Amino acid sequence: METKTSSGTFLDEIYAIPGGEGIRLCIQCGTCTASCPNADRMEHTPSQLIAMARAGMREEVLSSNAMWYCLSCYLCTVRCPRGIKQTDVMHAIGYLSVQEGLVHARTFTPTMYRLFNHYCKVGTLPELWFMMRFYLQTNPLRAWRMLPVALNLLRRGRISVKIRRLTPAGDCQLKAILARAESQGGAR
Amino acid sequence: MKHYSYFPGCSCSSEGGARAYSWSIQAVSRVLDSELVELDDWNCCGSTPSGSVDELGAFCMAARDLALAEKTGLDMVTPCSACYVIFNRTSSYLKKYPHLKAEVDEALAAGGLAYRGTVRVRHILDVMVNDVGGEAIRARVTKPLNGLKVAPYYGCQVVRPGFGFDHAENPQSLDKLMVSLGGEPVPFPLKTRCCGGSLVIPEEGVALDLLHKLLESASKSGAECLVTVCPLCQTNLDAYQSRVNRKFKTNYKLPVLFFTQLVGLTLGIDGKTLGLNANIVSPEEVLNRIYNPVTYTTTH
Amino acid sequence: MEPKIGVYICHCGSNIAGVVDVVQVTEYAKRLPSVAVARDYKYMCSDPGQNLIKEDIKALGLNRVVVASCSPRMHEPTFRRVCQDTGLNQYLFEMANIREHCSWVHEDHGQATEKAKALVSAAVRRVSRHEPLETREVAVNPCTLVIGGGVAGIQAALEIADSGHKVYLLEKEASIGGHMAMFDKTFPTLDCAACILTPKMTSVGQNRNIELLTYSELVEVSGYIGNFKAKIRKKARYIDMAKCTGCGWCSELCPTSLPNEFDCGLGKRKAIYIPSAYAVPNKAIVDARNCRYLKGLASGKNACRLCQTGIEKKGLPGCEAGAIDFAQKDEMVEIEIGNIIVATGFQQFDPSAVYQFGYGRYDNVFTGLEFERLSNASGPTSGSIVLKDGSPPRSIAILHCVGSRDTNYHRYCSRVCCMYSLKFAHLLREKVPEAKVYQLYIDMRCAGSGYEEFYERLQEEGVDFIRGKAGEITNIAEGPAEEGKLVVIVEDTLVRRKRRLPVDMVILSCALEPRPDAEQLARILSLSRKADGFFLEKHPKLDPVATTTDGVFVVGCCQSPKDIPDTVAQASAAAARALALISKGKVEIEAATATVDEEHCAGCKICIDLCPYKAISFDEEKKVSSINEALCKGCGTCVAACPSGAITGRHFTTEQIMAEIEGVLA
Repeated sequence: METKTSSGTFLDEIYAIPGGEGIRLCIQCGTCTASCPNADRMEHTPSQLIAMARAGMREEVLSSNAMWYCLSCYLCTVRCPRGIKQTDVMHAIGYLSVQEGLVHARTFTPTMYRLFNHYCKVGTLPELWFMMRFYLQTNPLRAWRMLPVALNLLRRGRISVKIRRLTPAGDCQLKAILARAESQGGAR
Repeated sequence: MKHYSYFPGCSCSSEGGARAYSWSIQAVSRVLDSELVELDDWNCCGSTPSGSVDELGAFCMAARDLALAEKTGLDMVTPCSACYVIFNRTSSYLKKYPHLKAEVDEALAAGGLAYRGTVRVRHILDVMVNDVGGEAIRARVTKPLNGLKVAPYYGCQVVRPGFGFDHAENPQSLDKLMVSLGGEPVPFPLKTRCCGGSLVIPEEGVALDLLHKLLESASKSGAECLVTVCPLCQTNLDAYQSRVNRKFKTNYKLPVLFFTQLVGLTLGIDGKTLGLNANIVSPEEVLNRIYNPVTYTTTH
Repeated sequence: MEPKIGVYICHCGSNIAGVVDVVQVTEYAKRLPSVAVARDYKYMCSDPGQNLIKEDIKALGLNRVVVASCSPRMHEPTFRRVCQDTGLNQYLFEMANIREHCSWVHEDHGQATEKAKALVSAAVRRVSRHEPLETREVAVNPCTLVIGGGVAGIQAALEIADSGHKVYLLEKEASIGGHMAMFDKTFPTLDCAACILTPKMTSVGQNRNIELLTYSELVEVSGYIGNFKAKIRKKARYIDMAKCTGCGWCSELCPTSLPNEFDCGLGKRKAIYIPSAYAVPNKAIVDARNCRYLKGLASGKNACRLCQTGIEKKGLPGCEAGAIDFAQKDEMVEIEIGNIIVATGFQQFDPSAVYQFGYGRYDNVFTGLEFERLSNASGPTSGSIVLKDGSPPRSIAILHCVGSRDTNYHRYCSRVCCMYSLKFAHLLREKVPEAKVYQLYIDMRCAGSGYEEFYERLQEEGVDFIRGKAGEITNIAEGPAEEGKLVVIVEDTLVRRKRRLPVDMVILSCALEPRPDAEQLARILSLSRKADGFFLEKHPKLDPVATTTDGVFVVGCCQSPKDIPDTVAQASAAAARALALISKGKVEIEAATATVDEEHCAGCKICIDLCPYKAISFDEEKKVSSINEALCKGCGTCVAACPSGAITGRHFTTEQIMAEIEGVLA
């Protein structure tokens, strides 16, 4: 059932990402799932995701919604009896899913993550513009309902229109770094 | 005088929604003989989202900041728990995974930078509790908290996955600090449980459920307010408290303060400097109760 | 005499020959100085292999033998015996290790072959310099010291004593019995632990060949196999053992009440007490740390002593046997034995470290041993399973693998927990039949005789088995069904769903871990410990009760976690080994010891303190160092340290070692 990709099997792709190599040690005890605040909202529990990955079920794993509900609270990681960094595994699977374009349709989290990653590169995440763009892109009605919260924050001076950017040199520097990173093909 | 390099992170930057945290940190540090100089030309660490979207790019963004901090030769202090985890994780993974280090080194070199792995990244709570110390703070307290019942809320990332300064599920450093300030930390079994973090944006329901549990637990223990160490936790608990009340038909009015705001008040610093104006759920009533007459001003 | 060397290169199947070109090495060996014959063979250690050597010695008059094969630890004794049997002194033999040091650790065949040649060359040159040496025999002391009075120690002691030889049974606590005496029923037969153990405990108490040293500790051991000396501290009980009748009256009078260790703190005892209902010896003991009188002595007070004086007002006499003796002191005893059997057992993992399970924070979370005491008819609740408030539980969850199979605590599996968890489930089904019992497991390890069948039985008894390790236990209720309950949160991995189980009681099946005094004991006996902290056996497969210290054996859980049948088997095995030595009556002392050249000794005494075996003493008359060859292990420390070069290590002389080095470099 193993699907070969250009960089080896699906498992090899996961092993290549820091923290991913740990899934070899999983004994399927379920501590991660039991500790996860959002396990009930996931289509596949965290431990199930590992089992599926080891069974080579690449498409199912990458199109699951599970990793997008990960809060990165790290309870799984500190409790895992095999020392697996499950939070990193969830991030790794999320990353592979974004690369493949297999991102789950029924949650907006990947969209929010992608927008964040795009906007934060100016230097500091421009919170107002980022939030507006996200709501308008995904659910404009929701933006309307969030207005009272936004107004409160505005009243208390917690919203800034101004954007803190990197200096021109800094911006150039960061762009060069990220361009080289991209040319290295990401995880491998 | 202890010197540090200061990494505010996006939310605590001067344009960020939690800038009050930075204000209170700077105000308190001045009194406590610590100098925190903001890192020049820093970029966003990438936080949780970037790692799931561009794994190598995220490590590189964090590595740029580490390389810049390394040039100062100082410890890097951050108030944001997410930045704290990202930087420590990046630093330790560069040591642990040679293939990652090779790729990141190459990318950094394209920007004319190099990171040798020597920066110690600290959380402001760690610095306050361990470098300054509860005893030193207690000695400078002029306006103790008079038994204020505080729910010490650590949130998840300041103690997990954990880089050595407190217990991953039952930390005590913030509790002890509250005692040093004359406050009474209430038993708060959910003190390290997640507030929902950045998921409050795309999945508000998830976050509201978690926030509700936290507020309920704090309230049941008799807390008069919550104290936090992370800007995202503070924003969620504070700005979304009304949304929690709406969804669950509750009536919580628990002010959520940054721990350095409480420290500042006890050191005699005024509320405006500490950014108490910025709290959505007003701390006025609670603070009036412990400080009688009123010893701070706000524009509430 | 001119050396005439026979060299034998072993293939060891493909272990050596698969990497090293043994034929080439043999050809090379033929051309080495003083080599009369060189052969290769598939298995040198086999009978035909050994015969090759024997026949060559006879036919060619060989006076030196080299075998290039495995580690000397494997077969040096084998080939030495071959030489000895053929009339050639066994020390005129040398082994070249071309397996563990060569073929097993290198991948490049060419380089491995060159290395093998170098090793053979070294052995050949060395063996030319060997001198014949004689081993000596010393008599073996037929007494045995057994450290630890649990089921392992009891079994070993009885077996040796029943053969007519003396045993000292040393026990740290006031009574023997160990952990097994605390258990309720034992798996899989559900025999009552006390019922099967107490007859043995009584036998120990009555056996004329067993000297029971309870409430005593090992302080120091010196000597060597067959001839050990042990210093033991008999701690003061403040009771005259000859006079005490074990009536327990003193306890009735004592005003000081404390948590009882035998009941894991769930029950109470007094400061003067009989250790348990089936204590052997059945005598009282005073807990000096909590006795009001003994504590008051330090500040000159004369408090209490009700146990001795009685309560006159109420007409209650004190100890009528006059057995209480507050003037008693610790006593140091020295014994001489030939063998030592270490049976010190284990300690239960303390689950307070696992914060998320709430042990110590929530009332009704119990450890395995605590549950044993609850269930035991002689325990604090007379065998009723009740919660802290005295009511019976309506639901119980048993959690496997607490502290075991966990990188955060102990990586190993504690082996017995699956079985004792099943036993707990059975006891619960029997004693609180209306209660719901959940058993949360990762794997079910039921490998012994009758063990899998026991698992099947529990499935039939209606226990709810859930495959998953609990993530945490909380008392924060979500919904009315959870109010006032402990909620166990677990992933039911077989249906892939997170479940919340509201229960009244939780039992944590805790790991078995090494005792905290294991380190000290290891130092006293020169024992090694494994990475997990348990004592290291000589060979994990083929010699699991012996240690690298000859004459010292480790049995039972102090070597690794195991159940009672395996513990008893190991105890019997060690007893057999001890008896074998006793029956032989003598032991051979290795001849490769150090010797002082008195002419060159300057009397500087540097060597004396350096000797790890305290084998060197100073001869006041001759003003030189003198080595006791019976104690000397030939470690070479003194040889290296002597500034005058006055000490020679037999079989490791400078000439021999230099020859070996020259051989490698040639």
